[in-house]
Amino acid sequence: MKQTIRVAAGQGFWGDLPEAPVRQVEEGPIDYLMLDYLAEVTMSIMQKQKARDPNAGYAKDFVPLMKRILPACVERGIRITANAGGVNVRGCAEAVRQVARELGFTGKVKIGIVTGDDIMDRLDEFMASGIELRNMDTGEALATVRDRIQSANVYLGAWPMVEALNHGAQIVITGRATDTGLTLAPLINEFGWRADDWDKMAAGTIAGHIIECGAQASGGNCQFDWQNIADMANVGFPIAEASPDGSFVITKHDGTGGRVNLPSVKEQLVYEMGDPHEYITPDCVADFTTIRLEDAGKDRVRVYGIKGRQATDSLKVSISYTAGYKAVGTLVYSWPDAYDKAQAADKILRARLDKLGLRFDQILTEFVGANATHGPLAGNPPSDAPEVQLRVGVRSSDRSAVERFTKEIAPLILTGPPAVTGFAGGRPKVEEIVAYWPALIPKEVITPTVEVFEA
Amino acid sequence: MKIQLVRLAHARSGDKGDTANVGLIALRDEFYPILVREVTSERVKDHFKGICKGKVERFKLPNLQALNFLLHESLGGGGTLSLMTDAQGKTFSTALLRMMVEISDDEAKALGLG
Repeated sequence: MKQTIRVAAGQGFWGDLPEAPVRQVEEGPIDYLMLDYLAEVTMSIMQKQKARDPNAGYAKDFVPLMKRILPACVERGIRITANAGGVNVRGCAEAVRQVARELGFTGKVKIGIVTGDDIMDRLDEFMASGIELRNMDTGEALATVRDRIQSANVYLGAWPMVEALNHGAQIVITGRATDTGLTLAPLINEFGWRADDWDKMAAGTIAGHIIECGAQASGGNCQFDWQNIADMANVGFPIAEASPDGSFVITKHDGTGGRVNLPSVKEQLVYEMGDPHEYITPDCVADFTTIRLEDAGKDRVRVYGIKGRQATDSLKVSISYTAGYKAVGTLVYSWPDAYDKAQAADKILRARLDKLGLRFDQILTEFVGANATHGPLAGNPPSDAPEVQLRVGVRSSDRSAVERFTKEIAPLILTGPPAVTGFAGGRPKVEEIVAYWPALIPKEVITPTVEVFEA
Repeated sequence: MKIQLVRLAHARSGDKGDTANVGLIALRDEFYPILVREVTSERVKDHFKGICKGKVERFKLPNLQALNFLLHESLGGGGTLSLMTDAQGKTFSTALLRMMVEISDDEAKALGLG
């Protein structure tokens, strides 16, 4: 057994720095590359793409990335875990297989896929059997949005990926797998951890949590001493250097920019945290209050002492549904009295919308430069503010009301307060809202499927 | 004396649906007891008046010298439903750091916070 396994994060989200995974492979030693592509609403975007083109529905950029890095990965034995499969895992794997063949790896590289997360076709079966899939936040029954559902996927954990790795997969492609599972699976595979060794499951999960947002653990979006974090243009993405006992060191490649220290790791640990005593995944319940951190030298933070508890009987389900329409319009007012002008324009706009009798579920005015981030906490902007942006958003189940709203922004330029600009983008776009519905489902009704095949 | 939280802590925030979370981390380990004493859920709820429409929960992480706050009903519906510039609550971190907290003159002196 190797005594240290280096799992490198290549992506914090779908759309992160394209060069980051390439640099993780090229600029230093790693054993695994994990790539997280799926945010909460990504599945619904992919579902729409698949509806238009049955070959689409996965993270397309993953394929050219594989073309670029696969030769180096094969040569150095680097294995890849990625939830790039979206709602078309098979299509993604087929495209990667094609690339592997073009590179001359026919029969030399194994690709593993994990499916079984997509429960779109089973929703009625579940609901009929009394599984209500109530919204975890609001308690509402799924029946209220049943006819508007776009996608439904279960978050699968590390174990199906472990099975694929066990069968020799160099690349493991999943659909809706947890971000943390992408890091935990390699560690289970290498160190032979047992499923009921909850402390180890929790350790690998927390290692995953720290690196899954990419550079957010290595100097990106870091408030602590941000002015002095060097060479962010060349920021190194985080690497978890794990040991069989469940401890690990967060680090990054030598010679890269950014910074890994206690504050940068602490900031990432608290990111999107709920109750720190119970960070629930399919694999365990991790307790963040047991984490011990230690400065282990330049750009190295040692993490140890992590405790976990038995996993719950449920899996989380990510359901997306259409929820009406929205649009946001903006205009920029300049000195003098920029804030007053923007406020006056908002009043005029709202009076016109009232007169038209348009109904919105929500209408929100923000003044960028004054209160868009901190609201009333920011107080009034200085009276000589150089400019203020008026930003008005509306939401409605009635598309025509939102449509009509978009026609009321530009006219303010000639029919409202003076010294206004910032309308180069044209009329605001009406956007169909695809909202997120989190729910729980009993584990026993879900069966992940693992397949491993030669390229 | 009154001191602004930005001198005692750093923070990172994010979202879960319509709930914003703010992780507040002591800049120095010695500041953590002040955070525990002064930055209560009641004060945070009051600080975010007009922004946080639900309850505020607080969790302690003495191992990280940090507190985690959950600010329910704060993101205009959350996710894609929200019309806010900051629908993901990313700047709630610095919004919390605006808070003024009370420390005694002796305490300020001992901690080098003149």
